[in-house]
Amino acid sequence: MSKSFLEVDGLSKVYPDGQGGELTVFEDIRFALEKGEFVCIIGHSGCGKSTILNVLAGLDEASAGNVVMNGKEVKGPGLERGVVFQNYSLLPWKTALNNIVFAVQARWPKWSKEKVKVHSERYLKMVGLDHALNRKPSQLSGGMRQRVSIARAFATQPELLLLDEPFGALDALTRGVIQDELVKIWEETRQTVFMITHDVDEAILLSDRIFLMSNGPNARIAESVKVDIHHPRARATIFQNPAYHKTRDYLVDFLVNRSGSALPEKDGSPKVVELAKGVTQSTPASAESETESETAARAVNA
Amino acid sequence: MASLNVRAALLSVSFLILALGLWEMATQPPEADAAMTEYERLMGGADQESRVPPPSEVIKLAWAELSNPFYDAGANDKGIGIQLAYSVYRVLTGYLAAMAIALPVGFLIGMSPLMYKALNPYIQVLRPISPLAWMPLALFIIQDSDASAIFVIFICSIWPMLLNTAFGVANVRQDWVNVARTHELSPIKTALTVILPAAAPTILTGMRISIGIAWLVIVAAEMLVGGTGIGYYVWNEWNNLDLASVIFSILMIGVVGMLLDLALGKAQKLVEYKE
Repeated sequence: MSKSFLEVDGLSKVYPDGQGGELTVFEDIRFALEKGEFVCIIGHSGCGKSTILNVLAGLDEASAGNVVMNGKEVKGPGLERGVVFQNYSLLPWKTALNNIVFAVQARWPKWSKEKVKVHSERYLKMVGLDHALNRKPSQLSGGMRQRVSIARAFATQPELLLLDEPFGALDALTRGVIQDELVKIWEETRQTVFMITHDVDEAILLSDRIFLMSNGPNARIAESVKVDIHHPRARATIFQNPAYHKTRDYLVDFLVNRSGSALPEKDGSPKVVELAKGVTQSTPASAESETESETAARAVNA
Repeated sequence: MASLNVRAALLSVSFLILALGLWEMATQPPEADAAMTEYERLMGGADQESRVPPPSEVIKLAWAELSNPFYDAGANDKGIGIQLAYSVYRVLTGYLAAMAIALPVGFLIGMSPLMYKALNPYIQVLRPISPLAWMPLALFIIQDSDASAIFVIFICSIWPMLLNTAFGVANVRQDWVNVARTHELSPIKTALTVILPAAAPTILTGMRISIGIAWLVIVAAEMLVGGTGIGYYVWNEWNNLDLASVIFSILMIGVVGMLLDLALGKAQKLVEYKE
């Protein structure tokens, strides 16, 4: 068996529950990512998605299990893994450009000032912010701040990009625009991305595979759904693809009806679901359940 | 309608005129309606009753003093500028020494909960001590009145800086620390490029409180140690019963204190950031 780029093996997180006992948020998380893949992870609040991402980032420690990237165990944070946080985490005393310069300098300490600046500006331009180089984060809208944050992460060219619900705090219109930008920048760079989202449509638009998590406590990554829509994708046209609706219905059905009880394969790896090939067991067919899941999808998005 | 600033300025000036007018009227010498008694003649016509000098007299004196602030005519007759310069020098020396200790130690206890817990009891006991209470001990140990005054300034300005630095450093948002961690910054680099700018507004607030306290304390300290300085000057003029000079120097203490505070306020503006 050939080794994958990133291998997560038997990860679990246990917290004291405050009454002398223990609470297992998630357990025996197993998955692998290949180089260049875009993978989203969806699950209800409290299943520990953010904790998994923080463990991958090296900002948090798992109670058991390990993460191996490129054959090396992940211990502590590192520049080969870039993180985009939900609350942007820009340094408010630095301008948009200097927030990126700061990161680029950390990544390539030997670069000349000029080279760092040119490189940083290029990435800000990629997210359409070349007019706001010298503005402080407080002078930028939420959407613009998140663009700076995304540009910062891409500018350091990490081997693995971790996005923790990057669009969670944005309004729907802004979110759409930045999703398009993320698609564009990802098509250009083809970086490996692991992203948390609550938004089913966002997951389908962006990812090659979608991990579905069952509910916590004792949450697992139960299924891995292949998104069979080829790149490049666009928000405006993706609705026309029949695979889009099939995938969407499947995801919503999982989140609404099955996330409480779903389990992975016996060996702990997520069940592989390939909707195009009809391997799946159940998709909601009747018109009635269709409308139900539509409503539910909106609730999940909100 | 004039802008708010103009109206406020007009109102300020009229309050000043009103207050000075009342003061002037209340402190007029009584009319010498009768011929002077023998005793009065012997006293050169001086009042028996001592009075607060009227503002006109204070202004006249202020004009004379300020037009030649740096004259030096012996130990007890130096210009107001020289006296203020001595005080500012003592305040700044003590203050900078306090800064040199308070900022690193504050950083340390802000970063390390262990050090915070270990040092906090001492800080809590030492902090409420009136700085002047240290004076006898300082005089005995240091054996130099000037250095003792500086020590008193040091000890009174250290606490607000220390506590604010610790508080600012301890409360830097975890997100920003995480940014430093994910970019593999060294501890020193993290301290200088992330924690220091993040905590700077809180630290500057502490420094501003400290300079205010130091300026309050220097007057009292110089009254005790004597020799030079604005505190000594006030006390000396009181001993001379020169109340106009006392009032004038009180005003100068206020003006210099305000300037020190303004300077720190400007510095605070420089490091402030909006989230």
